[in-house]
Amino acid sequence: MYAFEYHRPTSVKEAAGLAGTAEDIKFLAGGHTLLPTMKLRLAGPANLIDLSQIAELRGIERSGDTITIGAMMKHAEVANSAELKEAIPALAEMAELIGDPHVRNRGTIGGSIANNDPSADYPAACLALNVTIITNQRKIAADDFFQGIFTTALEEGEIITQVSFKAPSQAAYVKFRNPASRYALVGVFVAKHADGVRVAVTGAGSNGVFRAADMEQALNGNFAAEALNGVTVAESEMNSDMHADAAYRAHLVGVMARRAVQAATSRG
Amino acid sequence: MTTVSLTVNGQSVTADVDPRTLLVHFLRDNLRLTGTHVGCDTSQCGACVVHLNGQAVKSCTTLAVQANASVVTTIEGISQGGELHPMQAAFREHHGLQCGYCTPGMIMSAIDIVNRKGNALDEQTIRAELEGNLCRCTGYHNIVKAVAAGAQGMAQAPLQQAAE
Repeated sequence: MYAFEYHRPTSVKEAAGLAGTAEDIKFLAGGHTLLPTMKLRLAGPANLIDLSQIAELRGIERSGDTITIGAMMKHAEVANSAELKEAIPALAEMAELIGDPHVRNRGTIGGSIANNDPSADYPAACLALNVTIITNQRKIAADDFFQGIFTTALEEGEIITQVSFKAPSQAAYVKFRNPASRYALVGVFVAKHADGVRVAVTGAGSNGVFRAADMEQALNGNFAAEALNGVTVAESEMNSDMHADAAYRAHLVGVMARRAVQAATSRG
Repeated sequence: MTTVSLTVNGQSVTADVDPRTLLVHFLRDNLRLTGTHVGCDTSQCGACVVHLNGQAVKSCTTLAVQANASVVTTIEGISQGGELHPMQAAFREHHGLQCGYCTPGMIMSAIDIVNRKGNALDEQTIRAELEGNLCRCTGYHNIVKAVAAGAQGMAQAPLQQAAE
């Protein structure tokens, strides 16, 4: 790991101030992508700004049907939140599927979203739940936020503070794991909202997380797994690598989507 | 250098460290607590698992400076008065190790599983919860038996569990 200066601000304002004055910064959330990347010397920031001591980045709030999650909430905290289990069990279940117990004790929702790994679970949840990503500067709709592999709408020095969304009436997330890495080979998050169904896919797309428009249309007509029979995603837009080729990934998207709808409808 | 102050196995520790020092190296090199192992060094194998404020974490993917003002428990900190912790005793009793390299992480993870899931653990739960710990010797069979027995043992030793 290359040497860096370590900063531990206690407010978002202080963190943003440091980001504005220090050279070559990275924000440290749970560190479970950034630290391995730094160990491999693929990243070598001169200044590391640790967000873990900022109280305003924490908490889970429910106000009516609106749910707000602080950016530094860990996967284990989302998975075990009694409030989320009641309001949106699909999200708590999704968080429980990330990594392993130790990773879930460190990794955060904000870190995962800001990183936008093409195999990460949270980007699919955010797109399907139509979340608003709140930063220290503005509010960004999920549809505008995820802009391709490891690419987001975040500006240099911008800090995600919260994620906010309205609970859907029905939702579920199903993923097919790479048997070795346990990352999503394909993960599909389905959510039925008052104004329509959203289907988001991670792990599969050659340009990262995406919404499956044809599937959404089919499910808007009939929110049942059989409505997806014959509905496919374009093979040409799928990722192809040593773990799975595009045809296999496209097939898995269909299978996972049907299973997700089944899980959502059987939950009632 | 950055100053870190934390509690490790009940003792207050203060040191100046290079910020890039990983928690596992701080424990092993600065404090000479070499029971915590570095296996894969890539957050996968779990040989480096310690408890940070009561939660199991991979100390190879945590900076020592991130543990500032925290309470850390390592494998060296769980026995009391020369008596093995019930989970350690169960690993010995059920032959839950061969080479022993993964064992400290396995035991720290196992105690964390009991803390979260209680003392009556079925095989499926144990296997799922050990997702982040790799053993290349045993095939896991005896580890799973040891965790189940250790969980029961922890129920019979409430004082020790509370102390941990």
